[in-house]
Amino acid sequence: MLTVILILLPLTLSLILLTIRQEKAIRQFALAGSLVEFGVAVAAFVQYKTSCHCNLLFTADWLSTMGVSLKFGMDGISLLMVMLTTFLLPVIILASFSHSYSRPAAFYSLILLMEMALVGVFVAFDGLIFYIFWELALIPAYFICAVWGGNDRIRITFKFFIYTFVGSLFMLVALIYLYYRTPLPHSFDFQWLYAATLTPVEQTWIFSAFFLAFAIKIPIFPLHTWQPDTYTVSPAAGSMLLAGIMLKMGLYGMIRWMIPICHHAVQQYAPVVIILAITGIVYASVIAIRQSDMKRLVAYSSIAHVGLIAAGIFALTPNALEGAVIQMVSHGVNIVGLFIVIDFIEQRTKTRNIGDLGGIALKAPRLAIVFMVIMLQRRVYVVDVPAHHVWENKCNHGRGGRFIVVRNGRFHPADDHDFLDRNFPRAFP
Amino acid sequence: MTTIISITILGVLVLFLGIMKKQSWLLPVILLGLVVSMILTMMEWNQKSSYYNDMIIVDNVSVAFSVVLIFSAFLIFSLAAHYYRGVLRPLDDIYGVMIFALTGAVMMTSYGNLIMLFLGIETLSIALYVLAGSHKEAITSNEATLKYFLLGSFLSGFLLFGIALIYGSSGSFDLQKISQFVVSCSGTYPPMFLAGLFLLIIGLAFKIAIVPFHFWAPDVYEGTPTLLTAFMATVVKTASIVAMFRFFTHTFNGIHGIWETTIWVMAAFTILLGNLTGVYQPNLKRMLAYSSISHSGYMLLAVVSFSAMSNNALLIYTLSYSVATISAFGILILIREAHGNDYFSSLNGMGKTNPLEAFCLTVAMLSLAGIPPLAGFMAKYYLFATALEKGFVWLVIIAVAGSAVSVAYYFKPIMAMYLKESNGVKLTVETPYKVHLICMTLMIILIGILPFLVIGLL
Repeated sequence: MLTVILILLPLTLSLILLTIRQEKAIRQFALAGSLVEFGVAVAAFVQYKTSCHCNLLFTADWLSTMGVSLKFGMDGISLLMVMLTTFLLPVIILASFSHSYSRPAAFYSLILLMEMALVGVFVAFDGLIFYIFWELALIPAYFICAVWGGNDRIRITFKFFIYTFVGSLFMLVALIYLYYRTPLPHSFDFQWLYAATLTPVEQTWIFSAFFLAFAIKIPIFPLHTWQPDTYTVSPAAGSMLLAGIMLKMGLYGMIRWMIPICHHAVQQYAPVVIILAITGIVYASVIAIRQSDMKRLVAYSSIAHVGLIAAGIFALTPNALEGAVIQMVSHGVNIVGLFIVIDFIEQRTKTRNIGDLGGIALKAPRLAIVFMVIMLQRRVYVVDVPAHHVWENKCNHGRGGRFIVVRNGRFHPADDHDFLDRNFPRAFP
Repeated sequence: MTTIISITILGVLVLFLGIMKKQSWLLPVILLGLVVSMILTMMEWNQKSSYYNDMIIVDNVSVAFSVVLIFSAFLIFSLAAHYYRGVLRPLDDIYGVMIFALTGAVMMTSYGNLIMLFLGIETLSIALYVLAGSHKEAITSNEATLKYFLLGSFLSGFLLFGIALIYGSSGSFDLQKISQFVVSCSGTYPPMFLAGLFLLIIGLAFKIAIVPFHFWAPDVYEGTPTLLTAFMATVVKTASIVAMFRFFTHTFNGIHGIWETTIWVMAAFTILLGNLTGVYQPNLKRMLAYSSISHSGYMLLAVVSFSAMSNNALLIYTLSYSVATISAFGILILIREAHGNDYFSSLNGMGKTNPLEAFCLTVAMLSLAGIPPLAGFMAKYYLFATALEKGFVWLVIIAVAGSAVSVAYYFKPIMAMYLKESNGVKLTVETPYKVHLICMTLMIILIGILPFLVIGLL
């Protein structure tokens, strides 16, 4: 039940918000609402940890003739992502208070709508429902960035929209195709999808379709070209939502859907993906060095970081996956922190140009320390966790290493009762 | 059958009201009459029956699509009060002809005989030739009606010739008998029969505006008075595609190998060309014309992949397409009134000046583009699922690519409305019109969230 509340609450709040007139009331209401949502998420977490192996499942009929049911639930990874989302949302809303946006009701309402879609993506256990929330997240994100964005926003955000939309359409085809390969009676339930029988060729195609959708969202080199512009042009809250949470959708989708469904293709193409990811890391880092705009710098460095996470996922060892999941959470918190700091600086100094900001630590020593801490934390994780595992695994891989993810041919997140809860946040058994 | 009778009576009634000079009664009587005939139609649900030696067959498919047609007409007539409010001349002729066109459309959903099909198409088309030219003073309207009439009557000849050739080889106009003839041929079909079949495809493809028989559509749509363009884009299209669907699935399903490739290629080209050309249109009305061309391509997916599901898929597709299109046309009418044109620049800043109308148009556009959770997405999803079930993977991939392209033009009005500065013109809208727009928008959302209301029907 809690999972349904998690989805419905932000939706209701966002509709109520539209009826409020004063800007102050709108802000307070949005903040309070997102805090309540976080409270619900904490309650879900407690229930998950203490009471049951129930995965907080909720099932209801929706389109039974087509094998689609409203199936929501949470295993460890979902829970982590939901916690991350619901934790970041109040922070993002709070960070927006210092701006005076035109049409605030619409702005905060869209943010809450986005929260609903994001939570939906993370708790959906049904393929089509997952897809619906996945697409739904795109609409508020587009409007937040396009309406309240900076210069040249129309072209840039449209590019963003087209890119992500194209990717997800092919995922839709792949999902429907999979549906007809599931055991009878066909169903979009994730366990049915995992059990789909696919020939190697079909696996490759479905892998490609999924990968396109997820790689654009993450983004993995060479599908990243929408990202720096979009992050730069978006309003602060938009950048935070995109970088902090929305790109996790892609990574989460890889773990939840792509790897279990087409595991043979994943094993076959993992080296390719890792090469792409690592190319992206180097490439984006080199470009990041040359940036003078802080937001752009963070955007490029973000490509490098998510490249590492993707490489970690595709290393296909439990340790690397675990590292990737930890990094997903820490990247979310970090990048939102960075964007907040940049937003502070930009508001005070009216510039994001690094060259103009020399000696800011003298004027604002505490801000500088916070900035430093956020930066360092980011580095520590990046250097330590996944990179290490990637290389370790590459060695394993060479020696015909173990793929515990694919236990008995596939892995079963939600069935598995000891999945994740024994030693949280170890993400994988 | 009661549908056809009741709608015809309604049409005659409207003409009588015109004679008695009761102009103010027209619309209430029409709307009431349409509701009554919708109820009468629904009462025929689950009562399969045929009339006049199988000339007309009423089954659940025909009932469901008749309801969609009457409902679309109802939505369009609800816009009429606003659209014609400044017009002083009597309107009973236009309304009457629209209702007779609707009769033809209903006939096309329930025919059991090729003669009946032809009668239905002609009843519809001749009414449309008149309607396209009903704005006599406008040169564009005259152009539209002339183009439509010349091409339409020519292509009706094709259709009739096709029917004649099929009659010549099978010895009957009756779909049942033709279907038996097809079975009895067992693999070798007389060339005359095949020629007839393909002429029939051409005739129907023209009416639906399928590539390569679509050239009339953009010009005619643009020139026709906007309210009647909405009628053409929804009622006429639905009726023609249902006629084609019935024809192929009921009669020629046994020989789908022969026509499958043709329809496949037509669908692919319609989707691609409709969407690609749509991107380059300068104004909303032409854009909607190309959008409707591409949507007829999508609907062909249901024809080509006939299965138990394709009835439902076509039903939800026509319904969601019709509602979204009429909603978009409803706002197009307002824009053309306020600005005198419908270039995308006229929409600038509507998000600020008219938030409600902008929201309605946004929902309609997103639904047509197929973005969840709106009706258009469920419809497209269903259609793709139907086609994939039959193994048309490449066709679906083309359709998906088309959808991706279509976003480029469906977002043009949205971007203009929300991201550009207003030019200060505010649309004037009466409350009933607003309520009507809101109702259609809610319907789009509702069908998307609760698709099982429509999908389980057939």
